[in-house]
Amino acid sequence: MGKYLLQRLATIIPTLFFVSVLIFGLQQLLPGDPAIALAGEERDPETIRYLREKFHLDEPLPVRYWHWASGVLKGDLGDSVRIQKPVGELILEKLPVTLQLAAMAMAIALLIGITAGVISAVKKDSWWDYGANLFALWGLSTPNFWLGILLILVFAVQLGWLPASGYVSPFEDLKANLAAMIMPAFVLGNAIAAVLMRHTRSAMLQVLSSDYVRTARAKGLDERVVILKHALRNALIPIITLGALEFGTLLSGAVLTEQVFTIPGFGKLIVDAVFNRDYLVVQGVVLFTATVYITLNLVADLAYFVVNPRMRH
Amino acid sequence: MKRILVLAWALAALPATAQTLRIGLAEDPDVLDPSMARTFVGRIVFAGLCDKLFDLDEKLNIVPQLATSYKWSADNKSLEIKLRPGVTFHDGEKLDAAAVKYNLERHKNMKGSNRRGELAVVSSVDAVDASTVRINLAAPFAPLLATLTDRSGMMVSPKAAEAAGDKFGAKPVCSGPFRFVERIAQDRIVLERFPNYWNKGQIHFERIVYQPIVDATVRLANLRSGQLDFIERMAPSDVPQLRSDSRFKIAKIVEIGYQGITINVGKSDIAQKNPLGKDARVREAFELSLDRDAIVKVAMEGEAQPGNQWVAPTNQYYGKSAPIPKRNVARAKQLLKEAGVPNPSFTLMTPTTSDAQRIAQIVQAMAKDAGFDIKIQSTEFATSLNLADKGQFEAYVLAWSGRADPDGNLHTMLACKGPTNYAGYCKDDVEALINESRTSLDPARRAAAYDKIAQAVAKDRPIVYLYHRNWLWAHNAKLTGLRTVPDGMVRVQGLKMN
Repeated sequence: MGKYLLQRLATIIPTLFFVSVLIFGLQQLLPGDPAIALAGEERDPETIRYLREKFHLDEPLPVRYWHWASGVLKGDLGDSVRIQKPVGELILEKLPVTLQLAAMAMAIALLIGITAGVISAVKKDSWWDYGANLFALWGLSTPNFWLGILLILVFAVQLGWLPASGYVSPFEDLKANLAAMIMPAFVLGNAIAAVLMRHTRSAMLQVLSSDYVRTARAKGLDERVVILKHALRNALIPIITLGALEFGTLLSGAVLTEQVFTIPGFGKLIVDAVFNRDYLVVQGVVLFTATVYITLNLVADLAYFVVNPRMRH
Repeated sequence: MKRILVLAWALAALPATAQTLRIGLAEDPDVLDPSMARTFVGRIVFAGLCDKLFDLDEKLNIVPQLATSYKWSADNKSLEIKLRPGVTFHDGEKLDAAAVKYNLERHKNMKGSNRRGELAVVSSVDAVDASTVRINLAAPFAPLLATLTDRSGMMVSPKAAEAAGDKFGAKPVCSGPFRFVERIAQDRIVLERFPNYWNKGQIHFERIVYQPIVDATVRLANLRSGQLDFIERMAPSDVPQLRSDSRFKIAKIVEIGYQGITINVGKSDIAQKNPLGKDARVREAFELSLDRDAIVKVAMEGEAQPGNQWVAPTNQYYGKSAPIPKRNVARAKQLLKEAGVPNPSFTLMTPTTSDAQRIAQIVQAMAKDAGFDIKIQSTEFATSLNLADKGQFEAYVLAWSGRADPDGNLHTMLACKGPTNYAGYCKDDVEALINESRTSLDPARRAAAYDKIAQAVAKDRPIVYLYHRNWLWAHNAKLTGLRTVPDGMVRVQGLKMN
């Protein structure tokens, strides 16, 4: 176990190095001179010169990489040029927001997707099934920004039940926080629910026609027990894998939804940074996200190792 | 019982001041340091946070704010400013001549300052006595006062600025009606009333919350649902819908900036390789093919004023000898024939904003009638700026947010060494006139110089100016005291919720 752990940890260092070079390199491919983009409408040549010097823009690429990487190694991701705030602080500020949005969206997706999938499989070829399929088609084909604006117009402008946009920390006011997050979470969750529904339906149909379900029914078990306890449990395995993958995508930021609902999360941070060429923010956020993915991957590998005794040999 | 009554009375009396004004902004402001700041939207926040030496009124006249009066020296090379007594910064420090000297030197010398260019002509600053400051210039400079109505005239606490260094913008300390409380990037900026403000009788809110909401529809939805009291830059297409709702009011002001098409006439070799850049007749034909009224109607739903100069036709410095030319397709065709290129082709670089895209499409269709073949090249904004700076374009749809003095809309784009002279325009006679217009303090002489420049520019067409947008503000109908100054800033003095 110890040896395996060491081996895995040893691979992380070159991986992170490769990722950091890649992020830095890709950033250089962005067209446009960051100094000109950052120098304001006046674009005073003195200011442009100062920005070039400050960010070592005139130096060769490896030297610039070294300036950045040596800072990162000391735990300093640099400052946002646009708002003069440390990138690390910005990440810590946005991470809880995105985590909450992703978690709520996933909860909504699982609740709607699995329920609709099970009903649709059990009541195959009935109006329930057609209805659930229609819902899935609608969820997949509705653009997030459109649904977002529609919900705002109905629930905020017409009915006045929910705030139109914005974010309140749950520690400040939990009720206001949930009111602000429910619409964006629904918009995000809705699209994922559609995918989950389709997968649940096909997995359930497969399981429901298997021998052990027939046996369970033959034993005279209650239909509810057969479906929920015997069939659904087995059908859930691919759904959980899919849900985990979708959750990973949600964490890297739901750009459009965050933009429509003005949720100050990761997606909005990185998009604004790209357009403003606030490149230390872009590099910092991407490196952070990559590190989280790599770490989660390692944890998953170690979990297999713990769970599956065959891997220990 | 008596106590309860007193408390109830106090609570009833409270709303007069104990309110929050919630303002929806179209973008997230950049750094809140007047020396470093560079965005239009940042200036709207500064209007609540940082007072300036001078301010503008609705007619663009310069009026005192932190200054009480000023006097030019006989040779127009120094400006003496008397300061308002008893003004303090948000940290309790005194705003005196030494503080003003510190600030002007900070704007001018601080590394990364975006004010350096505006104050380039300032050679030194003297604190004559505690309430008098003298600004010495290398040469007479008419736009100086107007410059001091913007960020160059904003004063920050020297003590706080020294302590914070280049992190000052994260927690700015100024002397405006409201002081900084917190900022959550891309979410909100919160200010609270400064109790020792020199003009506190004009302040009727306890707090201001600025919320950046990029999408115009969502910004409007927030206003209509009562979450915001005021929004800036509403979409022209939303005007009719909101006008029918008595709960809200719309305010309009013609901007001091412009929207135009910059033509590469000498920025790079490309200028000489294309008939549009090479031949003034082709540019004339191009302008004659355009109908500005129709462009304004279609691209801006009528919410703009057609124009053909760097200032709007209503401005006192508009050159009346060069009026807006009418569309004349027959003449345009004839000019192209004379130039030997009946069907000239060029690429129009266009930022990806919806305004710019609409303009490009309308211009493309209109110019086609005269024989032009325009290819639209949609380019992300920062990239387009870089290409413009390198001269890698033929024509470019570019807007300018505008400055109070006409020089701010002209010098940087059309003077030979102007930092944003993307057209590559450089004419000795125009250069001399631009210099005359900025060194003379006599409005009549300046107007005469601008008139001559307007004639020359209308002939050479390094920029084909199209229109001046309306700043469209929408607000709760109960909000009163709004001042519509053409710089588009939301002045909070006098604003009240009835």
